[in-house]
Amino acid sequence: MTLDTGIDLVYLLAAIGFILALKGLSSPKQARNGNLLGAAAAALAVGFTFAYPAVRAHTLNLVLTLVAMVIGAAIAVPAARKVKMTAMPQMVAIFNGVGGGAAALVSVVVFLIEAPGKPAVYRIAEVLFGVLVGCVSFSGSVIAFAKLQELMTGRPVTYPAQQVINAIVALAIVALAVGTLVTGNVPLLVATAVLSLVLGVIFVLPIGGADVPVLISLLNSFTGLAVAASGFTLDNNLLIIAGTLVGASGILLTRMMSKAMGRSLANVLFSAFGSVVTAAGGADGSGETRPVKAGTPEDIGVLLAYARKVVIIPGYGLAVAQAQHTARELADLLTERGVEVFYAIHPVAGRMPGHMNVLLAEANVPYDELKEMDEANPEMATADVALVVGANDTVNPAAKNTPGSPIYGMPIINADEAANIVFLKRSMRPGFAGIDNELLFDEKTTMLFGDAKDTLSKLVAAVKDA
Amino acid sequence: MNTGILEFVTIFVLAAFVGNEVIGRVPSILHTPLMSGSNAIHGIVLVGTILVMGNAHGSMQITLAFFAVVLATLNIVGGFVVTDRMLEMFKPKPTDRAPKSGADDGSDDTAPGGAA
Repeated sequence: MTLDTGIDLVYLLAAIGFILALKGLSSPKQARNGNLLGAAAAALAVGFTFAYPAVRAHTLNLVLTLVAMVIGAAIAVPAARKVKMTAMPQMVAIFNGVGGGAAALVSVVVFLIEAPGKPAVYRIAEVLFGVLVGCVSFSGSVIAFAKLQELMTGRPVTYPAQQVINAIVALAIVALAVGTLVTGNVPLLVATAVLSLVLGVIFVLPIGGADVPVLISLLNSFTGLAVAASGFTLDNNLLIIAGTLVGASGILLTRMMSKAMGRSLANVLFSAFGSVVTAAGGADGSGETRPVKAGTPEDIGVLLAYARKVVIIPGYGLAVAQAQHTARELADLLTERGVEVFYAIHPVAGRMPGHMNVLLAEANVPYDELKEMDEANPEMATADVALVVGANDTVNPAAKNTPGSPIYGMPIINADEAANIVFLKRSMRPGFAGIDNELLFDEKTTMLFGDAKDTLSKLVAAVKDA
Repeated sequence: MNTGILEFVTIFVLAAFVGNEVIGRVPSILHTPLMSGSNAIHGIVLVGTILVMGNAHGSMQITLAFFAVVLATLNIVGGFVVTDRMLEMFKPKPTDRAPKSGADDGSDDTAPGGAA
């Protein structure tokens, strides 16, 4: 068996590992093992790559490779360990972006190495695809990161002649790519790369903050495809398989996420959602002067303590206030008193699908107390209290009742069917989507204003006294 | 067109179908960890960056390849560590209801992939 065959066999094992890892990640019981298996497969493949004589041919290059890996790991491990659970989405965005950047650079360097000999047309095509998609993924992820980290506005950024400018950039990229394909000219490839970076930015700018998670999933899929393209340029099976797996599953996941928001992917990407919403919110702005019923913690504590069934509906407000532990404390206290308590989790509660489950799992909330929307909704009508903690859009009845509303058609948790509704909210400000919520003005609704953690602590004390 | 490329295209098409099938029914609670985990998997581009660095000549190629290795390492190491952090919160059985402990971070596993 030659050395090359041996390494190829190791790559095959790693590819199997990745497939099993993805399979594992799709089931709650196997998810963590799946991820560890993926990591082991990756470590194996990377380790055996050093067995290639070409990798060790030049000492300087080998040393630089190792130094670069040490630098990368030294940044990545502390960053990944310290990031707050609420900041997870932007962390995923940036790790995805750098992967896209790496794939684009691989394609560029392969081109530089082969350029003097005028590479075959299919090779140039592979390089172009890797550069274009990798660059879009890189710059797009950076903007997505900036939006979620609130380094820039989360609102859609629009400017005059936006569509025209986008079209010109896209056409210019096509022209440059064709030119590169025909001539094999290096500056033309570099120009394609630069314009692709611009395309990534202008592609992401008009997408509103609430839609960014779907976008990250799409860019994740893009990076997968860019990695597959790198695999083609290097004639490397493992990169083709791993990149394509992520590319294909990423598209599927992206569509599942948009479906959970009740919208098509095209609508998420091209509608400049929030700008329409802002206008609608402004028109309804007078609504904020309408009276709402504000309660005291004591009133609500009694309401909760003597209820038979309480449904907690958490949202991003719970996450930013780090109130998941206090929420669990309240739920435990109510359970001890014989109240039936469960959490109703909207698929896009938090900032990403599944984000809220991660946060509640962090607070040791038992898995069987978490009910997904479809499971929770039939029970809402028999609930005495729907306790909405820092959520808004995911319980907004406008999604069911107001055909003109931008969120019309999005599935919601039917908090309006409960006998009483309690909102723990910082203010009357509309939610992430920027739309007024009629439910706040419902006569069954009581408001308790303040930071979610603070108000929950007061409720814990009130329930103890009740 | 050479025949080698057709083999790679075959692998590509089959992998696309596998990617589509393998995550068929994911509960929405796992969407975020799955995205993060697949994000880590495409970090295997690190292998490509190492190969490219081996063949790089001249300061321009070597500099670009160097950055490629750094970025790919960030992707693969950061990706797996972040996913593991998310998933360690999905405890199998909620039997132990001990008060929240701050002692369980960073104690057990070393960074997956960090040994690479």
